[in-house]
Amino acid sequence: MATATREAYGKTLAKLIVEHDDLFVLDADLTKSTKTIEAKKARPEHHFNMGIAEGNMMAVAAGMAASNKVVYASSFAMFAAGRAFEQIRNSICYPNLNVKVCATHAGISVGEDGASHQCIEDLALMRSIPNMKVFQPCDAKQTEEIIKAVYSIEGPCYVRLGRLGVEDVYDENYKFEFGKGNVLKKGSKVAIIASGLMVQESLKASELLNFEPTIIDIPTIKPIDKKLIIETAKTHDVIVTVEEHNIYGGLGSAVSEVLAPEGIACRQYMLGMQDTFGRSGKPKDLLGYYGLDAKHIAEKIQEIVK
Amino acid sequence: MTNEELKVHAKNIRRNIVTEVYSAKSGHPGGSLSAADILTELYFEQMDINKDNVNTIDRDRFVLSKGHASPVLYATLAEKGFIDIEDLKGFRHIDSKLQGHPNMNYVSGVDMSTGSLGQGISCAVGMAITNKVDGNNHRIYALLGDGECEEGEVWEAAMAASHYKLDNLCAILDYNHLQIDGNIEDVISPEPFMSKFEAFGWNVLDVNGHDFDELRNAFEQAKQVKDKPTMIIAHTIKGKGVSFMENNYAWHGAAPNDEQYETAMKELGGLE
Repeated sequence: MATATREAYGKTLAKLIVEHDDLFVLDADLTKSTKTIEAKKARPEHHFNMGIAEGNMMAVAAGMAASNKVVYASSFAMFAAGRAFEQIRNSICYPNLNVKVCATHAGISVGEDGASHQCIEDLALMRSIPNMKVFQPCDAKQTEEIIKAVYSIEGPCYVRLGRLGVEDVYDENYKFEFGKGNVLKKGSKVAIIASGLMVQESLKASELLNFEPTIIDIPTIKPIDKKLIIETAKTHDVIVTVEEHNIYGGLGSAVSEVLAPEGIACRQYMLGMQDTFGRSGKPKDLLGYYGLDAKHIAEKIQEIVK
Repeated sequence: MTNEELKVHAKNIRRNIVTEVYSAKSGHPGGSLSAADILTELYFEQMDINKDNVNTIDRDRFVLSKGHASPVLYATLAEKGFIDIEDLKGFRHIDSKLQGHPNMNYVSGVDMSTGSLGQGISCAVGMAITNKVDGNNHRIYALLGDGECEEGEVWEAAMAASHYKLDNLCAILDYNHLQIDGNIEDVISPEPFMSKFEAFGWNVLDVNGHDFDELRNAFEQAKQVKDKPTMIIAHTIKGKGVSFMENNYAWHGAAPNDEQYETAMKELGGLE
């Protein structure tokens, strides 16, 4: 079933806001898009629309968290991580406050709205702030698990969510483990390390290959699963990271930061936005255009192992 | 408390501001001295903060939105007995909790980490909203700089505060007319303040920020207002109390040398 991670976010938040008396939700005039409207319906007195003023919203969230609340603050990734970067940095992360920035419409799969709304820098921005933990779920169940988990993870968290409906990767028995990657397919020679909706594209890509690659899903981008990445590098010839983000500063960078000091003979290739802005178009067409759909990922891997 | 008693506290606070900046050989004396009487009135008459409740939120809280005026906050907390007076001399030193701009996790009584202008007032809005929802009747105070009002976020926060009818929020504008690069009127004028904040839906009061009767009356009036946040525009003198620092923007962020320190301390009631 194709469910967007933002939809799973709204549903989960609607349950959490009723369960927890200290949980508050903020939004910046995008409640229907980010789906926090579901939480608003469930407990309107704990949901505040701060209008089109994301910087103020993040610092208001900090003030609420300084009053012993757990605050989920949502907008599009571009305006949460981008516009409000400095409020997140100085008012939330520096005092290590309990704000969960849940940003939707990340990456180029936003589609027709075009480059101004397609945030491909948020992982780099959020990863670079001390105290911040960074997550990217790939499907509905994993989103539900992460949104529940961040409530109890002390301090600031950034959860990267998507607009586009995506197929399920996990069944209802899935349990999220903070800081752990998941090996979805055990193969040889090549390990594909992906996150978010690139997990589904990588799984599909593996079916187009003439060998069985390993496929790893990384839902916690910071702190990243160092142990798994090092083990994977030791047992494979090539690692290919796949992300719907600029290749600078995102998942690929995080993996290379782990591997660089290890000196393991394993090459790493980074698939992602190759330091270019996106454009308008249908989400599926854009993934193809930028080489991030299953077909292009498979072609690139065949070329690498040739 | 009598005005004479308040004046003694304010003088002690001013002496400690100058000592902090002198010890650090850096910091912001001008905008700290201008706010000394405002913080004295808040911490010694208005706010129900004491040693037993300082580490809770079950009391009035204060956000120093103009975080660079940390010397006045630390000096006031020391005058209240929450910080050891001797520790003030560690201000801005590598082994001190007294950071250049205040960190709420290092110092009891610092209610919000601030320093980046415009953000503190938003944090105060968040505190005031949660107090409303929780039925916590304590008040939230925030001190803004006049130059700080050039930050767009101040007006985003002002809009939110009136929208959510935050009558438990009282902001004070330290209207000393000077910012780093000169007169606010010359750099880029954020004036007029009164009509702007009124247009944003605030109850606005205009007082002499060095007159305890006027400050006291304004804070008391603010408590009576329903459904609106209050902005107290406090007319102040940058560097107030040290003659050569008064109305001179060069003292926004500069430390006195030995001779200047001696002169300043003499003017503020002599060296200890």
